[in-house]
Amino acid sequence: MAYLFNTPDDIRSMLEAIGAESIDELFEQVPDHLQVDGLLDLPTGFSEPELEMHLRKLAAANCGGSSRVCLMGGGVYDHFIPAAVDEVASRGEFYTAYTPYQAEASQGSLQAFFEFQTLVCQLTGMEVSNASLYEGGTAVSEAVFMAMRVTKRYNRVVVLGSLHPEYQEVLETYLGNLSCQLDVIATPDGAADVNIVADSLNEETCCLVIQQPNVFGALEELEPLCQAAHDVGALAIVSFDPLSLGLLKTPAECGADIAVAEGQSLGIPAQYGGPFLGILACRQDHVRQMPGRLIGQTVDRNGQRCFVLNLQAREQHIRREKATSNICTNQGLLAIRATVYLSLLGRQGLVDVAELCCRKSHYAAERLGELPGFELMFSRPFFKEFTLRCQGDATDVINRAADAGFDLGPALGRFPRLRESLGEAADQTLLVAVTEQRTREEIDRLVESLAATSENSATPKTLTKPA
Amino acid sequence: MRNTHATELLFDLSQPGRRAARFPNSDVPDQPLEEMIPDAFRRDNQDGGLPELTESDVIRHFLNLSTLNMSVDTHFYPLGSCTMKYNPKRHERMARLPGMVDLHPYQRLCDQQGMLRLLHDMQEMLAEIAGLPAVSLQPAAGAQGELAALLVASAWFRSRGETRTRVIFPSSAHGTNPASASIAGFECVQLENTSGGLVDLDELETQLDDQTAVFMITNPNTLGLFETQIESIAARVHDAGGLVYIDGANMNAIMGITRPGDFGGDMMHFNVHKTFTGPHGAGGPGAGPIAVRSELAEFLPGPVVTRTTDDDGQPRFELETPNRSIGRVRSFFGNVGILLRGYCYLRTLGREGVREAARHAVLNANYLKALLADLLPAPFGHHCMHEFVGSASNLKDARGITAMDIAKRLLDFGFHAPTIYFPLVVPEAMMIEPTETESKATLDAFAATLHEIAEEDLDFLRQAPHAAPVSRPDDVQAARQPILLWSPDDDTADDA
Ligand SMILES: Cc1ncc(COP(=O)(O)O)c(C=O)c1O
Repeated sequence: MAYLFNTPDDIRSMLEAIGAESIDELFEQVPDHLQVDGLLDLPTGFSEPELEMHLRKLAAANCGGSSRVCLMGGGVYDHFIPAAVDEVASRGEFYTAYTPYQAEASQGSLQAFFEFQTLVCQLTGMEVSNASLYEGGTAVSEAVFMAMRVTKRYNRVVVLGSLHPEYQEVLETYLGNLSCQLDVIATPDGAADVNIVADSLNEETCCLVIQQPNVFGALEELEPLCQAAHDVGALAIVSFDPLSLGLLKTPAECGADIAVAEGQSLGIPAQYGGPFLGILACRQDHVRQMPGRLIGQTVDRNGQRCFVLNLQAREQHIRREKATSNICTNQGLLAIRATVYLSLLGRQGLVDVAELCCRKSHYAAERLGELPGFELMFSRPFFKEFTLRCQGDATDVINRAADAGFDLGPALGRFPRLRESLGEAADQTLLVAVTEQRTREEIDRLVESLAATSENSATPKTLTKPA
Repeated sequence: MRNTHATELLFDLSQPGRRAARFPNSDVPDQPLEEMIPDAFRRDNQDGGLPELTESDVIRHFLNLSTLNMSVDTHFYPLGSCTMKYNPKRHERMARLPGMVDLHPYQRLCDQQGMLRLLHDMQEMLAEIAGLPAVSLQPAAGAQGELAALLVASAWFRSRGETRTRVIFPSSAHGTNPASASIAGFECVQLENTSGGLVDLDELETQLDDQTAVFMITNPNTLGLFETQIESIAARVHDAGGLVYIDGANMNAIMGITRPGDFGGDMMHFNVHKTFTGPHGAGGPGAGPIAVRSELAEFLPGPVVTRTTDDDGQPRFELETPNRSIGRVRSFFGNVGILLRGYCYLRTLGREGVREAARHAVLNANYLKALLADLLPAPFGHHCMHEFVGSASNLKDARGITAMDIAKRLLDFGFHAPTIYFPLVVPEAMMIEPTETESKATLDAFAATLHEIAEEDLDFLRQAPHAAPVSRPDDVQAARQPILLWSPDDDTADDA
């Protein structure tokens, strides 16, 4: 039997020590009629080679980033992961440890998380970061709940329509049983109109949620948007792309009160959407309203510097129903990956990656935008991802690209929540993300193959933008 | 040997001009950055740190840090309620397979059929173990599973024209139960009594009313006891029109033996990172799938995987959001990397292994309980399930030794400590969960060590641990003047 160590002799002497006749007897607390009769309807067990053969077969029925060139975006990106990240994350001492409740047995994890918190602050300019949340979407919801507690306004949340639609959906779910109104401001031009946003905020509003770059890849005018929130006493929540900060102003510079992010781009593979890394950082004033774990520095009884879980009175295991969040298990190992990634890159590496993403995506946008039947949906500045509008159904273009060995998308038509911003073009639009990993040769090949296949497709019609 | 230089903070190790990661030069036509991104958006300075290190600095730093941890791979880790069982290495290799690790969540359905099959079969296996037919794999951890299920409950009540406001749980409930209930917008009601470590039926009865939405119960409970009256409990909750939520954190004791759906549960979560060997990752990630009875299925968070048959009679897997879904509780599908490891575990154990694992988890716990009966007697229950909560009260009365002292001193002997001071119903609680993946020899050594510790000098114990990298951090100072990040002018360490 897999992973069991007791020999028949052991079992006999153990039962004797317990004073029981059999293992069955130990289950006498479970009423007989509630016990499963025989075995559950599960498969029979695999040996290791059988398991591996089975998994390889399943993996072969997928078509992941190693079989095609990946230009997919929508919140998950194909960035390079240095080998040292995997090496550290494969250390059993990290990945088979529990939450560092017992500080003396967990200084390695605690120090790494303290370093993570510091790196997030260095990256964002914010004053304090927690030690991770589940992922980018729940990080937005946690930030909104935090904003309610800080402003004591529980009735109205405002988000831009250019927020990732799945993040918005998570927020809708989290607010589902509460009497809080969620207002979404459509962004038909690919990014928010500051005046419209300012007009829609009021003294009831607890926060304004902005994504930078937004779901269309475009850049929002963060500073006036944050200012508009502050003008009515609301908090500005900015969901940022960590790697973009090699090039873009930090959330803190722009006036964010709470900065949240999906940290997948920091050395975490796509793995079909998770586990990823939720990041949340804020200003010092609000630290006691933060969700999640915080690591603090202190000294031990010998005066030696060490690290502990700190300000735990915010957390569920102490405060129970009054906790700032229900989170317990977080994304520790992913925070360690991000810590290793950022310490390998340093400031210059971060700038290099950001510039490469920017240059290559602009090259790809220019080439794709020139193709007959294609245009950029919006004329907004962008960082590494852009919205491409094509003739006919965007999923056809994705299929054609896949046949030529490229993954594009997602098609934005799949998100009902984006229809208001995209209008009649919704089904004709898709995202293209270009990371530092893509080469000019790959981009050129993609352009050529789309050009070749679009000649064969239906008669061209002129594209019109939604009014 | 500890390398104290390498474990300085990254920021203290930083040397200007050092560099680990290099990227190729741009191969696309040069264009000034300001033409692509207007000045107003660009940062004009790059200060604000980020350490400068070489790759070997980084590796040496983190590998030395790792040696300051205890872990399942290196130590016996009998942390109660956490199910710190062995994490099979084959799972790590499988999780890294190309086609799995690099699969983008928005890839076309035809490109994800292998993954969807795996996730679909995982849903089915969990449904079978739960005895509840409908599963959503989406929640990222147990706490999120609780929240999702409570939102499912409130959507279900709403669909019947009811608004129920109260969630009830025993005082021994894990902190996430009340925290999840309150985030879901419910009023929390805690049962204060126990009857022999179990739910007090009379007290429950007095709290049940037409406002009761859900009764949350951990079974086996946090004392390591099976709630023998679970059927009556469930019946009373159902009579009051409420739903029963089973916190499945302790499924390791009962998988393949008895099923939450069979003993009256309407909804439950699994902790894949406990029961099904998702490695704990120094705090996470986990995965907290939920299973519900069929009436509640259409409210589950989605997407879930469904199986159909294509024109050639081949199975085809699709993603579907249940009809009246509460919506997503997170973006993308779920913590798939952890679900995949859980899948590998269940496929390895198979129908017999699942049951055997539970039986040996219970055998190991009872054996250790017997070895420690004189020292850390468990106030409740005869036999325990997968864990037991012993009390160090006798030691405290006789010699002044506390659960904390024992926990700290255990580290010197190379054992991680049990969970202490939880649940609160047991004074000087030591919650011990050995798991099935430990041998009798380890349990013997652990018990012998505890006996040895009980004889040690009190002052010496109060100063423990003596051999750990640090000893008794000053939590009070940490809380009074929180230092939550490194700053260049911070010299606390140098003063020390
Ligand atoms: C009994 C019990 N319930 C719920 C939880 C919460 O699960 P998670 O940490 O996965 O959110 C835990 C684990 O810590 C637990 O032990």
